[in-house]
Amino acid sequence: MDFIRNFPMLTVILSLFSGSLCFVLKGKTARNYTILYEIFLLFVCGTILWYTVTTGQSFTYSMGEFSAPWGNELRAGILEAMLASFFMVIMAASVLAGYRFVHTDIDESKVNLYYALLNLMTAALMAIIWTNDLFSGYVFLEILTLTSCGILIVREIGRTTLAAVRYMIMNLLGSGLFLLGLVLLYDLTGHLLMVPMQETIAEMARNPRLLMALTISTGILTIGLSIKGGLFPFHFWMPDTYGWATPTSASILSSLVSKAYIFLLIKIFYRGIGIRIFALMPIKNILLVLGILGMVFGSIQAMQAGNINRMVAFSSAAQIGYIFMGIGMGGTAGYTAAIFHIMAHSVTKSMLFLTTPRLAEVSGSSLIFHNLQASALRDRNAGLFFLIGSFSMIGIPLFAGFASKLQFALAAVETGSTIRLLAVMLALALSSLLNAMYFIRTLIRIYSDPQGTVKEGDVRAMHRPGYNIPMMCLAAVNLFLGLFSWAVVDLIERGLRMFG
Amino acid sequence: MILSEWKKKFFRWLDGDYDVMAGIMDGSLEPDESHEEIKHDRKEAHDRLTSSNYSRSMIHAEQKGFYAIYLAVAVVSCIALIGVLLFAVSLLPRYGQENPRTLEVSERYVEKGLEETGAVNVVAGMILDYRAFDTLGESHVLFTALLCVMILLRKDRKNMDPHYEDYYLIGDDTYYPVSKDMIMHKVGMFILPSIFLFGIYILLNGQNGPGGGFSGGAVMGAGMIIFSAAFGFDQVDRFFTMKLSMIVTFVSLTFYCFAKGYVFFMGANHLENHIPKGIPGAILSGGLILPLDIAVGFVVACTMFGFFSLFWRGSIGGD
Repeated sequence: MDFIRNFPMLTVILSLFSGSLCFVLKGKTARNYTILYEIFLLFVCGTILWYTVTTGQSFTYSMGEFSAPWGNELRAGILEAMLASFFMVIMAASVLAGYRFVHTDIDESKVNLYYALLNLMTAALMAIIWTNDLFSGYVFLEILTLTSCGILIVREIGRTTLAAVRYMIMNLLGSGLFLLGLVLLYDLTGHLLMVPMQETIAEMARNPRLLMALTISTGILTIGLSIKGGLFPFHFWMPDTYGWATPTSASILSSLVSKAYIFLLIKIFYRGIGIRIFALMPIKNILLVLGILGMVFGSIQAMQAGNINRMVAFSSAAQIGYIFMGIGMGGTAGYTAAIFHIMAHSVTKSMLFLTTPRLAEVSGSSLIFHNLQASALRDRNAGLFFLIGSFSMIGIPLFAGFASKLQFALAAVETGSTIRLLAVMLALALSSLLNAMYFIRTLIRIYSDPQGTVKEGDVRAMHRPGYNIPMMCLAAVNLFLGLFSWAVVDLIERGLRMFG
Repeated sequence: MILSEWKKKFFRWLDGDYDVMAGIMDGSLEPDESHEEIKHDRKEAHDRLTSSNYSRSMIHAEQKGFYAIYLAVAVVSCIALIGVLLFAVSLLPRYGQENPRTLEVSERYVEKGLEETGAVNVVAGMILDYRAFDTLGESHVLFTALLCVMILLRKDRKNMDPHYEDYYLIGDDTYYPVSKDMIMHKVGMFILPSIFLFGIYILLNGQNGPGGGFSGGAVMGAGMIIFSAAFGFDQVDRFFTMKLSMIVTFVSLTFYCFAKGYVFFMGANHLENHIPKGIPGAILSGGLILPLDIAVGFVVACTMFGFFSLFWRGSIGGD
């Protein structure tokens, strides 16, 4: 066995260790350690990706001497390795670009706890990506829930505490429903590992009574995970959570945490239940409808939002709607589009959440649009990065957002049903239009200076490489996803073929 | 008329809303504010809240019976969920009869558990050997909870009300003495040794009987809590400080991570595992189960006492 096959296990174990290590380190040391560790982990995940692409096959890794149905198991394929490396890029960039805000937002004695939580969160993300076992998925999902509440309340202002309470209630409801669904599935199949579970389910699905029970348990599980992911009627926790957390937390919560839940859901559909059995259930139609509603209502709420962070947060609700629409369309094309959009949205949203605090900083720490007038002229770098992020959100060619909208349109053609095609196309058009309206209004606001308030000496571009380099990396990834989407889509398709 | 109204609306949209909560919930309290100033601020906040259009419409909705509808919807959706779950349960196959494959895994655990893990207690063998990865995660869930409670409750300059007299003594943890009670003190002297002994017994016998790290650690943590309630925190601080608690947690979790990492590595690579299984029933049996139980027990005890201490006085002790 190649040594590289141990890497998925090592990413989880080392991240857990880093969590407890940062607990005993001092604040600044913990920060430096975390940054170095994230970059190291990025290379480890990159190696796994390289290995799976060159060998062209996935591998499973039994945790201990007891193999498949008895012990826990990890699995790595192209899709998992790609998402893991991609998540690490965003994690490292968010930590690096946001650490200055972390030190102003958080009390000095608690900085090391913050980085300990980030490392535990990395472990949970890695474990959720690699796991081949539903219950391991649940355990690490709990860690993800707790750490995300932790990195939210760490700012210790009234608003984040309020937001964290709401976030925790919604998330615990989601966890509870997920656990209920999991228990029912376990009772039906007697397995927690995904492959034997899928085999048992394939046998059971012939019995209509058992298929009904399977549908109910899968439905409960899906509701649980979509509450955590932030699907349409359950997205009201988003604006406060993302709007007031410290920028690193906002970027990680919006671009990684909710995406990890959705990826776990896709994984369960594909590997736990089996995509053919899942196609027999009506769940995907509900997801399609809720996704489309989310796209429209999220955008409308984003238009109504009073400040820039709330606007960006509500636009997350719309983008989550896109992803669920892809899942609802079904078929390889739909899932490919959904996973591509997970990546496109993650890279864009993290960029937006890391630039808005800079724009606010140069306009008197205010996030209200009126006060943001000409803020991009005061800080040109942040303005440029916000511009790139907005263009990607609107879906202007060259950027990632355009490529993913194209994928959704192609997937809609492949569903073969006229009603679905029409609904998806209309929703895409309407949502893009609304996106364009509120992002262009913001861009005009931050780039125009009718009163001529910006003086020469006012221009405060940030010449700090610690902020600019990670942001440039995010912009480069964004452009890469936009320009070379065919390569990424090809990888996703190969990964999905390994999945089934 | 209408046009100018729309124009006004449009410009208001461009400018963004006036944030009614601005300045109220943003920062922590300033240390030099007096009670009157805070009272005044609160009143101002209340006035500002009730003056905005949005909150007026909310208040109006509340008066119109919004809560009644809210309650009705909550009750209906709860009943619907209960109904769906009961329906799902009625559809489940009868245990072990219609689908014998469902018992495959549990049968193996029961039949071969002793032989393969060396633990008489099959549950301990299951959670710490067959499915050790889940338990590794679970013990880190506890650790994460401890971190979150520390973030929320440990005293610092941001979450302390500046009017408490110990605001300037945040680093100093001798505050908040527990009132010493004669009865507590005397009873504690009698029962505490047996509580600790019982905790240690449960902890060390996880592989042979009911018990293990989580339950043993909980008993020991409860013993610590009773100790601090009976003798006061100053007695606890003499041997159990923040630093010790951090080191114990760190060492236990690190040991757990790397011991299990070793087992995972050896098992997955089909290498020989050099950890002896021991004679079933003896105290040194079950391979790694005993040391892992001890590690988990320490983490649980530290976490439980940490929660109590943080809730009581906002610190774990020491400096």
